[in-house]
Amino acid sequence: MAGDKVDPVHQFVVNTIVPIHIGGIDFSFTNASLFMVATLAVAAGFLYFTTSKRSLVPGRMQSVSEISYEFIASMLREGAGSHGMKFFPMVFSLFMFILTANMLGMVPYFFTITSQIIVTFALALFVIGTVLFYGFYKHGLGFLNVFVPSGVPGILLPLVVSIEIISFLSRPISLSVRLFANMLAGHITLKVFAGFVASLGTLGALGIGGAVLPLIMTVALTGLEFLVAFLQAYVFAVLTCMYLNDAVHPGGH
Amino acid sequence: MFVTAAYAQSTTTEGAETHDAAAGEVHTETGVAHEGGHGSGVFPPFDSSTFASQLLWLAITFGLFYILMAKVIMPRISGILETRHDKIAQDLDEASRSKAEADAAVAAYEQELAAAKVKGNAIASSAREAAKVKAAAERAAIEASLNDKISAAEVRIADIKTKALADVGSIAEETAGAVVELLIGGKVSKAEIATAVKASAK
Repeated sequence: MAGDKVDPVHQFVVNTIVPIHIGGIDFSFTNASLFMVATLAVAAGFLYFTTSKRSLVPGRMQSVSEISYEFIASMLREGAGSHGMKFFPMVFSLFMFILTANMLGMVPYFFTITSQIIVTFALALFVIGTVLFYGFYKHGLGFLNVFVPSGVPGILLPLVVSIEIISFLSRPISLSVRLFANMLAGHITLKVFAGFVASLGTLGALGIGGAVLPLIMTVALTGLEFLVAFLQAYVFAVLTCMYLNDAVHPGGH
Repeated sequence: MFVTAAYAQSTTTEGAETHDAAAGEVHTETGVAHEGGHGSGVFPPFDSSTFASQLLWLAITFGLFYILMAKVIMPRISGILETRHDKIAQDLDEASRSKAEADAAVAAYEQELAAAKVKGNAIASSAREAAKVKAAAERAAIEASLNDKISAAEVRIADIKTKALADVGSIAEETAGAVVELLIGGKVSKAEIATAVKASAK
């Protein structure tokens, strides 16, 4: 029975396409890898070809690229100040990569790479790793000021500092789980409701009548999921900017 | 369960799967439980056997993406935006320069116009003055000649008058002489008559 039913989790299964084993570790080219490559190709290709004319007066597509660029630029400038602008390529890449991956995931039968916890966790670690590395590189031990908010009475300091440390440590987890869980839950919900349509639709006239409701639900959810796909990429980028702000201005709480 | 086996889409590709993990006993947030059927029985996103491959390929693709963004795309977009910014600034400069030129031309025009007006007024007033002077001179000349004529005429009138008055005396003498002759028939000397006339005329 198992292989034949509509399985809302099946869409997250990683299948090997080209088996590659190096030193006993499985580095196979999978459907996840395929869609990572697709994300790279679509995002980079779009940005490359829409800006290749370098028109002084941009067309629609070139405008999209320029707007994304300026959108992230202003986000980073607001979030981390002008000193944070050295991280612009990083935030822009993260935003465009996650956005494209989320949007590609909305295409039926496409694999959603951001629904894999390891992918989002790796991206979150990349962000936090950058924050830690740059923070200590630039400010040395002064970076530890990030855990000591100014203006806190001495007696509360141990409590506040421990809270700050816990909140800092939970950042990579919250950052990765937020994106992962949103994409996962959204796709499961969509699949479940779409499964209802298929199941009810085969139950005869009454079933077809009843299938209208989950169909409406599926359409509405699809719209919502496109919103979530954008929103989660945006949230990831905004939080990245905030965390980078700590690296750039550790005392700036 | 949400679904019935009989009406399911066939979405599996079991032949190719090596890590097929469809969660035998894992319960997801939606409460969907599955009765196995795939290999490892782990919820697929948590199947750690795929992590190495995913990390490697993520590193490759995202790394490549990052390099492409940092080296190609972003310099290009910033170049486009900068060029546009410069071009707009340049056009604005040119526009303000043209405006300044136009303003200067207008000012010069107005200045010239004002100068021409002043000059015109001066010409007009000097012409008027000259005409006035000329007219006054002519009038004075005419008046003078008229006065001359009038005084000449008055002299002549006076002449004629005295002559006429002188003639009146002699006519009166002759008439008196003739009247006396007719009345008394005697001759009266001219001198007597003249004195008599003169006396009566007074």
